[in-house]
Amino acid sequence: MNAPTAAKSRLYYPKMPATWWLRNRNYFLFMLRELSSVFIAIFLVVLLVQVAALARGPEAYTTFMRRLESPGWIIFHVVALFFALYHSYTWFDLTSKVQVVRLGGRQVPPPLVTAVNIGVWLVLSVVILLLFLFV
Amino acid sequence: MNEPTVTLKVTRYRPERDSAPSTQAYTIPYRQDWVVLDALNYIKDQIDGTLTFRWSCRMGVCGSCGMMVNGVPKLTCAAFLRDYYPHEIQVEPLQNFPIIRDLVIDMSDFLQKLRSVKPWIIRETEKPLSEGEYLQTPQELEAYKQFSMCINCMLCYAACPVYGLEPAFLGPAAIALGYRYNLDSRDQGRKERQPVMASHEGIWECTFVSECTVVCPKDVDPAAAIQRSKVNTTMDWFKSVLLPWGER
Repeated sequence: MNAPTAAKSRLYYPKMPATWWLRNRNYFLFMLRELSSVFIAIFLVVLLVQVAALARGPEAYTTFMRRLESPGWIIFHVVALFFALYHSYTWFDLTSKVQVVRLGGRQVPPPLVTAVNIGVWLVLSVVILLLFLFV
Repeated sequence: MNEPTVTLKVTRYRPERDSAPSTQAYTIPYRQDWVVLDALNYIKDQIDGTLTFRWSCRMGVCGSCGMMVNGVPKLTCAAFLRDYYPHEIQVEPLQNFPIIRDLVIDMSDFLQKLRSVKPWIIRETEKPLSEGEYLQTPQELEAYKQFSMCINCMLCYAACPVYGLEPAFLGPAAIALGYRYNLDSRDQGRKERQPVMASHEGIWECTFVSECTVVCPKDVDPAAAIQRSKVNTTMDWFKSVLLPWGER
């Protein structure tokens, strides 16, 4: 009776479909998080080009800024802002998983760690915005 | 009187005659207190004795009865029919693994990976029995206890798209168990585990999808174990570069 040995040689290897990330909400959100880095990378390249234009003088800088006023670039920046916010949120959300905070021998609940992180992020963002607007 | 019924659509794969798996539907009596595993046993006992699946303890301890229930990795002994009734229930073998027959997958890859992280206490030198046992404080136990709850059910491997796309990945449970022994105050084997744990196919392959943690029936949180291992390994690297006496 050697049937099991014969069967073993006929394992079926399922293939993962290219659409695996549409199967489950968490997979989809993960892919969105990964995709966010593409937009942030493009934004940073634009920022570098902007700095280069600034170095070339006022005229080059004004031309560059005019170009950014086109609807395409405005849409891009709105999308990039959304992704930057989403990426930051996921970052702080995951931080509480990675960093175990202990106070008085007890572990601080992870949601509280996330909340504190997000709170500090918001406060710092407001401070930077105020500095930008009034200094 | 008409008895309520429920339909299970079960994956069948008979290697001696099938070239690929197919689905077979079984309609069985619905019982409110039945789990999917009870339904499978009813099918095997009353309808089709050829249906093949693994199970043992029926109480969420042995980790044998993991399957995909409506596309989600579950212990079938803990998946109640009432949570799906009156809809059909799709039962498939754990995804990301080769299928041996019907709902039975080949777990040899996982077992080999589990062994590779040396999930046991390693001592540089064993102390003699006469000196007694290795004592541990409740705090020292607490440090690793969560990660020691793993029952090797492999639901985390079925949930991990990284393992699905890159089968060389060491995977959630093996890393969580390696980490569990690294955290154990009685253990001195971290350096021995590092070549496997901190390899490219180890912790660094993980992209932190976190689905392993979502499906874990024992709240082990393998995703956290992997990320914390990454932090520790990075700290090792910084120490070895910045401190002349730093060790690797």
